Amino acid sequence: MTEHSEPIVPETTRRQMLAGAGALVFSFLVMPPARAVTSGRARSHPFQPNAFLKIGADSSVTVIVKHVEFGQGAATGLATLIAEELDADWSQLRIEFAHNDDGLYKNLRMGTMAVGGSTSMANSWTQMRTAGATARAVLVAAAAKRWRVPEQSISVSKGRIASGCKSTSFGELVADAAKLPVPTDVPLKAPNRFTLIGTRLPKLDSAAKSDGTAMFTVDVKLPGMVYALVAHPPKFGAVPAGFDGSAAMAIPGVRKVAAVKSGVAVFADSFPTALKARSALQIRWDDSKAETRSTTELFAEAARLADEPGFTVVENGAYPAALPEGAREIEAIYYLPHLAHAPMETLDAVMRARDGKLDVWLGSQFQVKETAAIAGELGIAEKDALLHQCYAGGSFGRRATPGNEFDIEAGQVCRAWGGPEPVKFLWTREDDIRGGFYRPVMVHKLRAAIAADGQIIGWDHRAAGQSIVIGTPLGGGAVKRGFDKMMIEGADEPGYRLNGHRLSIGVLESPIPVNWWRSVGHSHTAYVVEAFLDRLFAASGVDPVAGRLALLEDQRALAVVHRVAEMADWQRPRTAERTLGVAYAKSFGSYVAQIVEVSRGSDGLPRVHKVWAAVDCGIAINPDIIRAQIEGGIGFALGHALYGEITLGQGGEVEQSNFHDYRSLRIGEMPEVDVAIIPSDADPTGIGEPGVPPLAPAVANAWRKLTGEVVERLPFTRSIRSASQA
Amino acid sequence: MMRVGKFALIIAGSLAATSFVAAARQPTDRAALRAPTDFADLSQGRERSLALFAEMGKVIQHPRCLNCHPRTDRPTQGDAMTPHSPSVVRGKDGHGAPGLHCDTCHGTTNFDFADGSGSVPGDQHWHLAPAEMAWAGKSQGEICRQLKDPSRNGGKSLAALIEHNAKDGLVGWGWNPGAGREPAPGSQRLFGELTAAWVENGAHCPD
Amino acid sequence: MTSFTLNGKKTVFAGDPEMPLLWVLRDEFGLTGTKYGCGIAQCGACTVHVNGKSRRSCVTPVGSLTGKEVTTIEGASSPPAKALKTAWADLDVPQCGFCQSGQIMSAAALLTEVGSPTDQDIDNALAGNICRCATYQRIRRAIKLAASRMGHE
Repeated sequence: MTEHSEPIVPETTRRQMLAGAGALVFSFLVMPPARAVTSGRARSHPFQPNAFLKIGADSSVTVIVKHVEFGQGAATGLATLIAEELDADWSQLRIEFAHNDDGLYKNLRMGTMAVGGSTSMANSWTQMRTAGATARAVLVAAAAKRWRVPEQSISVSKGRIASGCKSTSFGELVADAAKLPVPTDVPLKAPNRFTLIGTRLPKLDSAAKSDGTAMFTVDVKLPGMVYALVAHPPKFGAVPAGFDGSAAMAIPGVRKVAAVKSGVAVFADSFPTALKARSALQIRWDDSKAETRSTTELFAEAARLADEPGFTVVENGAYPAALPEGAREIEAIYYLPHLAHAPMETLDAVMRARDGKLDVWLGSQFQVKETAAIAGELGIAEKDALLHQCYAGGSFGRRATPGNEFDIEAGQVCRAWGGPEPVKFLWTREDDIRGGFYRPVMVHKLRAAIAADGQIIGWDHRAAGQSIVIGTPLGGGAVKRGFDKMMIEGADEPGYRLNGHRLSIGVLESPIPVNWWRSVGHSHTAYVVEAFLDRLFAASGVDPVAGRLALLEDQRALAVVHRVAEMADWQRPRTAERTLGVAYAKSFGSYVAQIVEVSRGSDGLPRVHKVWAAVDCGIAINPDIIRAQIEGGIGFALGHALYGEITLGQGGEVEQSNFHDYRSLRIGEMPEVDVAIIPSDADPTGIGEPGVPPLAPAVANAWRKLTGEVVERLPFTRSIRSASQA
Repeated sequence: MMRVGKFALIIAGSLAATSFVAAARQPTDRAALRAPTDFADLSQGRERSLALFAEMGKVIQHPRCLNCHPRTDRPTQGDAMTPHSPSVVRGKDGHGAPGLHCDTCHGTTNFDFADGSGSVPGDQHWHLAPAEMAWAGKSQGEICRQLKDPSRNGGKSLAALIEHNAKDGLVGWGWNPGAGREPAPGSQRLFGELTAAWVENGAHCPD
Repeated sequence: MTSFTLNGKKTVFAGDPEMPLLWVLRDEFGLTGTKYGCGIAQCGACTVHVNGKSRRSCVTPVGSLTGKEVTTIEGASSPPAKALKTAWADLDVPQCGFCQSGQIMSAAALLTEVGSPTDQDIDNALAGNICRCATYQRIRRAIKLAASRMGHE
């Protein structure tokens, strides 16, 4: 039994576990009753034991998915948990998205409907299984009653219920099952009895996403719909001071021009017309509170702040005043730029406010909060606002913000329209690249000393940059604690035995809105910790894998580093043209180690040929989805490490605007990725984000070994001279 | 032309033997391409011919032309001649690779973006010049000799070369390149006249 | 009036011939499988076929399609297109899915010309299709799977 750090579990589950018994028993929490589901569907789905599934007379099992599906596989994952305990056949499964209702559908870790922190499966693990087990218990009771046999004689397997030589489908029992009471206390399977969890089940949304039928928010079309765009200021923090919409209104098909807080809205009969209208607006902006610093100035300011006292996050022994014989010391300053999430589907919403009621179509990440934010702008009560959840074309964190700013803007746009017609409001790609909510700009200063025996004897880390939550509705905890943990997660507890570990952070204030870009604080802390540590090892002649193994303490961490080194055949010398680099990071409860194989590309940049990844994310619900998330996280990380930056020029305007200058990884640049999943009995932890943090530092480490060049400012195109001349 | 033209002629004459490297790009305007008559003061034949070719060089080595006369299998893009995004390749016949031909994105005319921010350039026959017509990174002398060589210029006689420069549609695009792109200097008509005058004067190439 | 064939059916669009085909498809004809990702032919999400070859519909004025055949993801039913759609689902290629219509259309255009594409062929053909989820490894495998199922190596 491998030792592991205690998983975070909801309070009620902890009580259940303490109460004992081999099987997890279920208590009062969770099973929201069937009455919460609208009756209109009752006819085709007569059996709805709880808010999470319904079974039809045709034996179809429809899972009501409480999380947004934006590519991370949550819909399939939740359905898997239900199907497992229900003993359904996978072919029976369908998915529908839940509407906005925290009482039924909240993320149990976050207190509201939400996807975030890679918690979709972790928070639903017990809840969904219980939902399925509950339904199974009722079906069994119905069969027992019909056949007049004891329940213990009944078996359920692959959607068939049997006792002796009698057997039937779910569908044939649903009418009876609907009349029976729903138990609140059902046993769940022991992991060794799983038949679906742990296997590669095909995803339930793959076919629709492969034939053009999957419906995203921007695909929604309603009678009488108008298209809306908002002109945003060129500088963050600027506000509209006046506008002339007459030229816009003169364009055929333009219906209205109106101010909103974030800018000036245009409404038109088509998207291209709305674009033309927006370009024809004459707007005066009040820049008095705007950010006018350039990225160069922001970096300089953050570097200065890093040396101020700031908030002390870690103070674990003192940095040695004098270094012992044979010790090596190095220092470095790292500059990490703003990054845009740039999901493939830009932000969008379709809203219809009519007769005091609001219908919203959204690929919503914080379903209740976002719907409420829109409704609030329209003066409509939450209970009168209904969310029609759609697939979302990616997020990487962008679709949820601490202050629900997009939703507030959307609500204002709908209010500015003022009519009962549906309003489709979207951001263009330019709006998206220029619209802020970036991964914060950060500067990290490190100084560390390593003893002759490979032990770290001092690690002084000063970071400064923008806080994601301070100053937002979610900032309370940060203010209480004294610092925003999201700024430096991963640097506070990197997993290594660090003596003389000190970490402080300074907050750079700016009107530039920032957000939780995929892996959040880990996106930059893993880079600096892992690249710096590697340099420390190099300075003292320690092998980067052996050095990490000597300093890691968690067995699960050691296991992934061992495994990846084995996968990559770390010991085998490579040619002079190709080197390996390694990095490790634990994030969102999951342990990931990666090794990359790199050469110098014809453009002078690192060419990554292959990435090996070893992952421990607890019980692997669907190994193929896990692999896909790691592959995707690696590709996402690589593109940004090589090319990604949002820069502000002199005067504070964003220099990038679309994919031609916010360069994205292309298929020819994608390395081959090999993923090994470490078997585990621990409750499942996150997988959407953990593949991201180790990639960039692994590449930096390989590059340093290959070329001697140290990359202290990302992206690589910024730092590597020959690349900038390409 | 005028006083300015005469002054420029003196400069041109003294620099006739120098081959201009395609380095620092000065902002050009439509008045910046001289007509053949501006070279009347130079003696006919070699001297005038070299000066005329140097003038043609302002077009030939302009980004509008160099971008699609690359040395490699990949075009460059924009006034700054950065790598073409996306990363397209020449393909078998200069029309792009299977699945991503030039005309996948480039239409028969320029396409302006609705917000006025730029355009995708287009022409009836958008494609790369063949590898043997690569100009990027070459000296004017090398380009000149290449232009005259039927085995590298698509089998053209000098007369056909004049016709090509004066009349070809894709060549002409260089002066009507769409929003966000600086046109080549002068006009296609002028370029054709310069070519004719250069040929008339012996079609000499700089070293 | 622009008359063209859309997914095999004779179609007329009476609106502005300058309107990009992307918006005509999505908002006039309700064919929403073709997506908007950038509007400037950088991302490929809007890829359709015109006379069998790939085209970015975001920079295609609808008026330029007179007399031509337009195929969208919904109507793509050639042997390569069918094989690709099936392979895509079999290998669980899509994550968020927003780019995938464009990826498949580009891949179909490739397979129509090259029955057994090499990695370089695939790189070249799909260089214009961005996937922010980076499903590229599976896209590549799915193209090869489709090709092999169609009887090539």
